[in-house]
This record gives sequence, C-alpha cells and structure tokens, in this order.
Amino acid sequence: MTAVPTRPSDPSEDARPVLDASDIARALTRIAHEIVERNKGCADLVLLGIPSRGVPLAHRIAARLEEIEGTSVPVGSLDITMYRDDLRTQPARTLEVTDLPAQGIDGAVVVLVDDVLFSGRTTRAALDAVSDIGRPRAVQLAVLVDRGHRELPIRADYVGKNLPTSLRESVHVQLLELDDRDAVTLGMDGDVLDHGHDAGIAGVGERE
Amino acid sequence: MSGLVLRRVRPLGGDEVDVLIQDGLIAAIGAELPVTEVDVIEGNGAVLLPGLVDLHTHLREPGREDAETVESGTFAAARGGFTAVFAMANTTPVADSAAVVEQVWRLGQEAGHCDVHPVGAVSVGLRGEQLAELGTMADSAAQVRVFSDDGHCVSDALLMRRALEYVKAFDGVVAQHAQEPSLTAGADMNEGAVSASLGLRGWPRVAEEAIIARDLMLTEYLGSRLHLCHVSTAGSVELVRQAKARGVDVSAEVTPHHLMLTEEFARSYDPVFKVNPPLRTASDLEALREALADGTIDVVGTDHAPHADEDKDSEWSCASFGMLGLQTALSVVVEAMVRTGRLDWAGIADRMSIRPASIGRLTDQGRPIAVGEPANLTLVDAEADWVVDPLELGSLSRNSPFAGRTLPAVIVATLLRGRPTYLKGAVR
Amino acid sequence: MKRHLLSTADLDRSDALLVLDTAEELARVADRPIKKMPTLRGRTVVNLFYEDSTRTRISFEAAAKRLSADVINFSAKGSSVSKGESLKDTALTLAAMGADAVVVRHSMSGAPHRLAHADWLDAHVINAGDGTHEHPTQALLDAFTLRRHLRDRVETPASGAPALDGLHVAIVGDVLHSRVARSNVHLLNTLGARVTLVAPPTLMPMNIEDWSCELSYALDPVLPEVDAVMMLRVQSERMDGSFFPSAREYSRRYGLDERRLNLMAEHALVMHPGPMNRGLEISASAADSPRSVIVEQVRNGVSVRMAVLYLLLSGSEPAIGHQEGVA
Repeated sequence: MTAVPTRPSDPSEDARPVLDASDIARALTRIAHEIVERNKGCADLVLLGIPSRGVPLAHRIAARLEEIEGTSVPVGSLDITMYRDDLRTQPARTLEVTDLPAQGIDGAVVVLVDDVLFSGRTTRAALDAVSDIGRPRAVQLAVLVDRGHRELPIRADYVGKNLPTSLRESVHVQLLELDDRDAVTLGMDGDVLDHGHDAGIAGVGERE
Repeated sequence: MSGLVLRRVRPLGGDEVDVLIQDGLIAAIGAELPVTEVDVIEGNGAVLLPGLVDLHTHLREPGREDAETVESGTFAAARGGFTAVFAMANTTPVADSAAVVEQVWRLGQEAGHCDVHPVGAVSVGLRGEQLAELGTMADSAAQVRVFSDDGHCVSDALLMRRALEYVKAFDGVVAQHAQEPSLTAGADMNEGAVSASLGLRGWPRVAEEAIIARDLMLTEYLGSRLHLCHVSTAGSVELVRQAKARGVDVSAEVTPHHLMLTEEFARSYDPVFKVNPPLRTASDLEALREALADGTIDVVGTDHAPHADEDKDSEWSCASFGMLGLQTALSVVVEAMVRTGRLDWAGIADRMSIRPASIGRLTDQGRPIAVGEPANLTLVDAEADWVVDPLELGSLSRNSPFAGRTLPAVIVATLLRGRPTYLKGAVR
Repeated sequence: MKRHLLSTADLDRSDALLVLDTAEELARVADRPIKKMPTLRGRTVVNLFYEDSTRTRISFEAAAKRLSADVINFSAKGSSVSKGESLKDTALTLAAMGADAVVVRHSMSGAPHRLAHADWLDAHVINAGDGTHEHPTQALLDAFTLRRHLRDRVETPASGAPALDGLHVAIVGDVLHSRVARSNVHLLNTLGARVTLVAPPTLMPMNIEDWSCELSYALDPVLPEVDAVMMLRVQSERMDGSFFPSAREYSRRYGLDERRLNLMAEHALVMHPGPMNRGLEISASAADSPRSVIVEQVRNGVSVRMAVLYLLLSGSEPAIGHQEGVA
C-alpha cells in the first residue's frame, strides 16, 4: 500500500472554467508587480512554493520579478505535510520535497506561494514550518485563487483572483508543469478534489 | 443379573453386534441380546476398540501439580479413550525408587479413571551417571517393566549398555529418548531452512539418528529389547526398518503431533508448537505415516506434556517443550491415518492398544474383543466431528497445538473392567 | 493493513522505497536550527530494550523526539524485568500506560512477533533487533546509505523507480548469528541488488541455498566484484562454541584490512552496523578510511527511524507493510 498522494485527477466535464491560460498569466504578472511595489524592490526576497502547484507558480513569479527588477530572486519549496493538523484523518501521506535556498531565510522577506487559499490551515502549517526553519524578517502570502471560507484569521497579501464559492463546489487548478494545460475550473460536489493539502478533501463536505 | 450392554456396536469396525458385560468381563457377544435388568449404552453403529493404551504420558505428579495431577491426567486420558497409561519418570522427585513409583501407582488406583503404570527412571535423578534401582521398582507394587529417562537421553554408551543388560532379568524394556546432548545444546526447533530464517537455534536430525543407530547396535549385540520413544525423522524410520529386518528386538513409537504437524508452524513463534523432539519437515511426516501403516513403527504414544500457562505464554526460546495429547490422540491418528486410507480400525486397535500393552507387558489390556476377556473397551463415533477447545479439555493445562481445529472421531464411552470411566453426555 | 515492522521480508519494493524517500526528506531536518516537527505530538513511543544497546536506543529516541512524540525508556537492567517479570506482564503494563508504539530490542528471536500477535497490547510494534532473527531498521538505513552514495551506479529497472538495482553487496562475517545479515538479504533483494555472503562454513546457516544470494568461503575473490562490503561484528564468545579456532585466524582469513581495501573498486564502500571490534573483523585503517561510511550510517539511522515512525503512526492507518499470512 502507498501513502496518500497529493496529485488530483482531471476535472469533470461539467466543470466551469474560471481562469484560462492568459488570465493566469496576467494575474501572475500583476502579483509580481505588487510584490515589487509593496517591498520596494526585490532585496531580501525569498519565494517558497507550497507543493504541489505552489512550486511552479513560485518559479513563474520569480521569473517575472527578474524581468521587472533585473535581479534573480531565490526560489524554493516548502512541504508542510509534517505540520498539518489533520494527519490522523487519513493514512500517512507521502512527503513532498522541501528545497530551501542555500542562504536560508533568516532576515529575509519570505513570500509563501500557493495555488488556492481556502480554510487557511495550510498557511498556518506553513507559518509553523517557516518558524522552525529560521527567522525571516517578514512573511507574506501570494495565492492564485482565494475561494473564501476561512477557518482561521489568515489573509493573503497578493491574490490572483477572488472567487466566491459554495462549500459544495470544488476549485481545480491545472498548470502546464504538472498537468496538460493552464486553467482554473470550478466544479460541483462529486468532482474530484482539490489538492490534497488545502482544506483536506474540499468539495466532499469534509473540511479542515 | 447385573451388567451392561453395549448395543449396536461394531468391533474393530466390523458388523454391528451387542456386547454384554458382567463382572468386568465380556460375557456375551451377539445380535440383539436381551436387555432386561441391565444398563444400556446405545452404540448406534459406533466402532468398538480395545481400550487404548498410552506408553508415553507425563502426569507431572509429584512436583508439578499446577500443570497436571494423576487425577486430572487420567481423567483426560479416559476422555481420550485410554484405559491404561504409562507415566514417565521425570517428576519431582524423580521416579527412580520404589517409593515414588508406588505413590504414583496408588494415586492412579484412587483416581480410578484408568490404570496407571509408572515408568521407572533408568538413572538416578535422570542424571545419566548411575543405574537406578530397577529391580526393586520391578518388584514393587507398581510392577515396573518400562524404564526411561525420557526428557533426557541416556547418552553415555556404557550406562545404556548396562541398563539393556540388567532389565533382561525381569523382562523389562529400556525406552530411549534419543537426543545427543552436545549436538542439541540450546536448540529450539528442527534445524533447516525454517530455523535459519527464523533465527532460532536448530536441532539437527542426526542428533536423534546417531543415538538410535548406536542403541540398535547395542541391542543387537546384547540380545536385549529396546523401545524408541517419539521417533521423528525419516532417517530414524529407515534405521528401525533395517534393524527389524535383521531381527533386532526393537519397538518404535510416534506421537500424534508428528503425524500431523510440521516445522512450518514454528513461523508463528507461538510456543504451543515447541516440542521435543521438534516438529520436522513434510517428508519426515510422510515417512512416519508410512512407517506406522506398515508396522515399522509399532505404537502411537502421546507424549502428553502439560505445562502451566506461564511456561508457554512467553518468548519461544524461554518456553517449555511439550504439547497436550491424551484427549486428541485418537482423533488426530484417525485424521492422519484412517481418513487417508492408510490404516483401518483393526490397525488402530493394533497400534494404540494391542502392541503398547504387549511392549509394557500388560496382560489385561490390548486383549481381543471376545467372550471371557476383561472389558477394557473404547467406543468411538467414527462419523462425528468435534472442535478442540483448550478450556474444555480434561487436563489442568491448555497447551494443545490443535486448539480451534475440527477433528474427526468422537469418543462415546470408555470402559475400565466394565465400568464406564467416561460416558459422553454424562455429568462428571 | 500491517501495523508493525517486524521483518524486512514484510516490505515489498514500493514500501521500502517509500521509507527511503520519506527518510530523504526527513534527513534535512537535521540541518535546521530547530530539529523538530510537531507531527507525532501527543503520541507515546516506548523503547523496550531487553538487551543493552545505547546506540540503537538513542537513535530511536532522537527520531521520536524530533517528531515531538513523548518517549519512555524501559531497559531491562534494574527494572521489573530483571526481577523476573514476564514479557506478557511487561506488555500489559505498557498497554495500560497508553503506549502508541513499542520499539523492542530483545535477545530472543521472535519476541517482537509475540508482542505484536499475542493480544497483550494494541500498539504498533517496531523490531529493533530480536535475537539472531531480524533488525529491519538497520537494513533500511544501510539501503539508504547505499542509495545516497551509489545513485549513479544503479541500473534502470524495467518499470518503476530505481532502487538499488544492479548493485552487488558482500556481507562478511558471522552470518549464522546475524540479524543484520538476515534483514539485509531480504531487503537488498527486494530493492534489486545482488548479495554475496562470505563466512567460514561454521558460521553459515544450514539450508542457506534457499536464500537468494551467493555464498563464498573466501573473501579475497569477492572484494573486487562488489560495490560495497558490510562487515559484521564477530563475538569472541563464538570461539567457545568452536565456530573458529582463534581471533587471529579469523582476522587473517576474514578481516578487512588495508591490503583487502586495495582489492576493492575505487567507488566501493565500507560499511559496518557497529559496534566494531577494531582489529578483529575490521582494521582501524579500514574503519577510518575515506571509503568508510560507518559514521554516516549512524546519522542516517535517525532519519530512517523517523520515517518508519512517521509512516506507521502519523496517519489513520500505517502506510507500509502488506497483510501477513496467517501463522
């Protein structure tokens, strides 16, 4: 038997498209500009993507930051499986890769990057993970989609799209690096899940 | 007239008859005997055998009455169809004197469930150094004829020689537990692929066969009589076969568990399967069945070895060796030999009653089922099954390797000189 | 679903790879300022050590603590066990104390098996070495170490992710009494490696032809062929059982020294489960040579044990191990 993997399968045919490839590209460009504006440049920035889809998003944002400011921003990945608060509800999960930039995060401005912000528990786990790794000067959060229904006092600093949803709906993010296209779709209950991590098994009534 | 009629029984699996028993003897055998003023046991076609005789039992008393007593062990024996058992000498104190053998004999008489014939130790304290008072034990009230250090091997060749010679004076027999001690120090199970993979110290087959080979040669040289306890390997069987062909006066014994279980059971590390000699391989099991069928192996001996729970409820290497056997013996032999077509009921009678009685020199057991003979009889429902529940067995202990199994052949009644010592359905 | 880790024979290839991959991630924890994660907070892990083994016990303790589990150490000396308490009563006591996992080290083969199957306790049982039977976490950390160093030499298998395919490992020494050898033979085979056992005939088990490995009574011809050599500890008590005539002869015929090191390929590794008898089965220079990964094995032990604890305890059910056959 294997541990629970975090790769979802394809959305159903009834899924409604919300963002297409060019929408996603524009959103990421805007986020990159907002990051530069808010932090007055790219100095001391470190982008940490939360697996799985936060990682390619972080790389894309880093590429845009380099285009804008001309400096390369360190990118890494931060697996938060070990910090989840719902481990006991499922069989043991496969760990994802944690790959931190060589210079670490002490004193840096860490921008966490994830695809969907839902209950906020993933972000909470990421904050715990970050504080065990080092002491950044600040932590900010960038997400492609904010679907509401927060269960903790967490908010994103940079949002690609605000997407009000009902709990019976599920949000599906596909990225070329991992899937066959770039798209964000919205499906109904019974569609396969969102990603393993945020909100646990969202869309099937079970929330974190 | 007083008496007991066994109605519709089949002696040795033959035709249905009625058997009338009076004053402890078989008084009449025929079809439809009159049944007025007598007790009746309905056979319903059950098989009638001469009462079973076990040449190899451990009753643990004196010394380990927490595991078994003469009373509880013989109670279990009666439930297993036995009318006589030979109680081994490895008690505390050891049965190496007239005093101890007479005590065990008397306890058997008082309990009254079956005849108890104590086995006398070959050496003082089972230490293998000095002959015990074999003659005095033979002359005692217990009339000992079988001598054994079972539990231990008489490994010193000179001592074995002396014992084989000495017992000739009173038609005794030495029953050897064949186990070369230096080859089996610390060993826990059969040596082979299974022991290698389980990390348990192995007991090589040659440790049994080498002693058997030596003792067969001694017996032949001295013109003595030898009995081999619990033979467990194909090699041992072959040695016995060749010796008998040469005319050596040897008898061999096999346990029910060696006819049914192999070393694979040790994989569970459950010490209920730990026994001396150890469970061997499938090909050994096959050779033993064949030998019992053709008579190379003369008798089934249970080696009934009760152990208190704490001696078995532990790590394998800490646990004691031994399994219960009295109550399951006939059923296991039926499963292994009758159901597989290797032995018929006459054969069962021969291996489990007639020959053991002969080896032990009993004149009133293992007799033909005929008018005038003592009514030591066992009645078996050959068609029924039963489930072995350790908590329901007569023994004080629970270490049966057949726990939870469904076995064939249910004992209906056991009669000792005409008196039922066990009756199915009767309250104890 | 299996609740215990008793033997490497219980792990199929995907289970074993899962442990190694998980350990890979967890190894990075050792490089952080805070070497701790909250994953097993509130769980109790008991180290039930009937045999003295500071090294293994500390390794399990570190592993459990890094996952924030509570650790209780129960060693035989001076405890109720030395006063004659049975395995059963000890187990019942641990169950009453609410142990979630029991890591057992015992001098008798099969003791963890009894604990796992006898209905005395409900906890997950992890075998930390039982008699001469198995030491599964040692084999796992050995495989982890091999993979780290020899990744480039591993062949691509017909399907699935590569493990240790095509590697050739020699295990040298008292194979008869070695639980490390048994666990490694199973696991190395499962991961696609080839094993050669080297020992004098008296220290090879009977019927070993049934094991999937090659045998050699001589060490020198084997050394140039291998990617790694695992030296097993030889106990001097074995001389009492006449397994070999003297320490000097053993060392001369089977010890790894400078000369033998030079027979080995450039890339080949020197391994030892520890503790070492320097001068008997392995010379000081071999133990301290640049090809020796002995110290790293110890470090990897913590990561591997963290992975095992995580995979058995963190979820609603364990992630490794298939159904055992009925005993």
